[in-house]
Amino acid sequence: MTDTRWHDRALWFVRQKRDSAAKSLPEWEALRRSASQIKAHTMAHLADYLELFEKNATQNGIHVHWAADATEHNRIIADILQSRQVKNVVKSKSMLTEECGLNPYLNTKGIEVVDTDLGERIVQLRHEAPSHIVLPAIHLKKEEVGSLFEQELGTLPGNSDPTYLTHAARKHLREHFLSADAAITGVNFAVAEEGLFVVCTNEGNADLGTAITNLHIASMGIEKIIPSLEHLGIFTRLLARSATGQPITTYTSHFKRPKEGGELHIVIVDNGRSAILGQTDTAQALHCIRCGACMNTCPTYRRSGGHSYGYVIPGPIGSTLGASRNLEHFGKAVYKCTLCASCTNICPARIDLHHQLYAWRKTYVERGYLSPKKKRLYGIGSWMLRTPVRTRILFGISKWALKLLPRSILYSRFNVWGRTRELPSFAPKSFAQLYKEHIHEPK
Amino acid sequence: MPKPRVALFVPCYINTLFPHVAMATMKLLEHFGYEVHYPDAQTCCGQPFANSGAHGDAQPLAEHFVETFRGYDYIVAPSASCVGMVRNHYKPYVGSHPDYRHIQSTVYEICEFLHDVVKPHSFGTSFPHTVTLHQSCHGLRELELGVSSELALPFYSKVLHLLEKVDDITLLPMERADECCGFGGMFSIHEPEISTRMGKDKLDYAEATQAEYLAGFDSSCLMHLEGIARRENRTVKMVHVAEIFAGTLQ
Repeated sequence: MTDTRWHDRALWFVRQKRDSAAKSLPEWEALRRSASQIKAHTMAHLADYLELFEKNATQNGIHVHWAADATEHNRIIADILQSRQVKNVVKSKSMLTEECGLNPYLNTKGIEVVDTDLGERIVQLRHEAPSHIVLPAIHLKKEEVGSLFEQELGTLPGNSDPTYLTHAARKHLREHFLSADAAITGVNFAVAEEGLFVVCTNEGNADLGTAITNLHIASMGIEKIIPSLEHLGIFTRLLARSATGQPITTYTSHFKRPKEGGELHIVIVDNGRSAILGQTDTAQALHCIRCGACMNTCPTYRRSGGHSYGYVIPGPIGSTLGASRNLEHFGKAVYKCTLCASCTNICPARIDLHHQLYAWRKTYVERGYLSPKKKRLYGIGSWMLRTPVRTRILFGISKWALKLLPRSILYSRFNVWGRTRELPSFAPKSFAQLYKEHIHEPK
Repeated sequence: MPKPRVALFVPCYINTLFPHVAMATMKLLEHFGYEVHYPDAQTCCGQPFANSGAHGDAQPLAEHFVETFRGYDYIVAPSASCVGMVRNHYKPYVGSHPDYRHIQSTVYEICEFLHDVVKPHSFGTSFPHTVTLHQSCHGLRELELGVSSELALPFYSKVLHLLEKVDDITLLPMERADECCGFGGMFSIHEPEISTRMGKDKLDYAEATQAEYLAGFDSSCLMHLEGIARRENRTVKMVHVAEIFAGTLQ
């Protein structure tokens, strides 16, 4: 078993920072309730708010594009870039562009995309996906980053001092910023009544990219919309505190109109989101503000890492989103959970995450994706436990097996429990037997 | 006034593996003046199947449960997750059964029953030992036996409140007291490595308190932790809180 304790502890530290930030606000739970209600309202009127946003953003001089799916999203962005002969793009963090596979698509068109968030750049240089939506390179130790930078950026061998490496990354990224022709960013919130959108970063990389280049393309999922500015404050107060324990992200930049001589585009993407909106038990997944708190608190995520989930977004929220995307392919992740409900209690938008994973398991079985072995096991188990007589037989057999079989058979490789744990021992008498004796005792 | 009739709901694995936990529960209820019955036809509440998504396999067990446990004033079990199953997840199976509403509103986990219904001033029992409490997830977050550490609300724990009423007990705070122990039902089999890692961590935190006992209110968590502790010859001992309240620990 690989030692994952450092990963667990690193994320638990983030969770603790979140706890103290959340608990420093007496109104924290009220903020969560407000966020949940605003999201519920907005999702119920999603089309109206999106159209209102389009109208106001267009008036502000923003070009609004609509993409039904990832393919359309990528094509729209490639068209904008190609028609302006763009070859070098700097991109700040956007899980949506990861979801759509934008980078590889643009690469095939001869356009180089450099991720400018430090963690994102690290995983990009390693040719791997982010393992966390807020801390993309949390699965790596500084020594691994040191040897990567040694190869890729020519840093001194064996030097993994974080400050040294960050300076090297900064210098490396500056060169890309200065030679870039366009900037791509994500969107954290889009305010319908104002036709503006907000991008939150800690490194200022979105701001630098959009300030240096004259072409800014923002990529936004349809669920990022909120009605008005008065709602924005509720979400910005929740977002950074939930994500990292900061009162607010270092940069919370509002984009309302193109800068002088520049162009501002926003691509609004569905890519399966309206299908989630139509689901009964799992529609609330669209309330997610991508803070990553459910990952930091998830005891399974902390010990297994984001890459083990298979879907672009890991952890509790990623498991439910992945199931919506393709249950057969990504559905196994909904079982990678003890239903401890910590995610539901930490979510700033109060998404009922563990109930969603519970609901997905039902659909998973109904659609016949359960392995025949497990299906048979559950079927037999349920049949045995349906009557008291058969239940007694089932436990009786287990009791005698445990008593009579030698350890070499009991703890064979088929005993998954027994690889790391002793089997429980049966009591000489069951409670049912003890109870019978008890009621016949003289009182 | 006749004594209220309480049906003991003894989850299937507790019946055979941990009968002393059920015995302690029964003694507590009798001590506080309840007429305790053990419906002999009871089997399994169906939770392992429901949590696996196999609702077709859970359905007949839920129906059987409702037939077995109808007609009592209260139903009490020494297992939070099984009570959570009956209270929070039975509706799709037996929501229209005429007896379900009553069952749903009268099924209690033992600590919850003691805290909310019995409200004892003391147990009249002593436990002269050091104890640290594992706040099992389903009891804490499904049944709301306390305020979980994620919430920005004043801390409260029904179970700790009750433990404080036991004479001579020394309660020691544990780091990450309400982090999952890693059992998670079928999770313990399907994800054995992560499950075990979580269990080892829980035992590490418990041992760091130097408590003699790691107490819990869900025997399934304790079974998993005990399995690891025995394999690794750990010193900390597992105990169900009902045994501490009842003073029945041998």
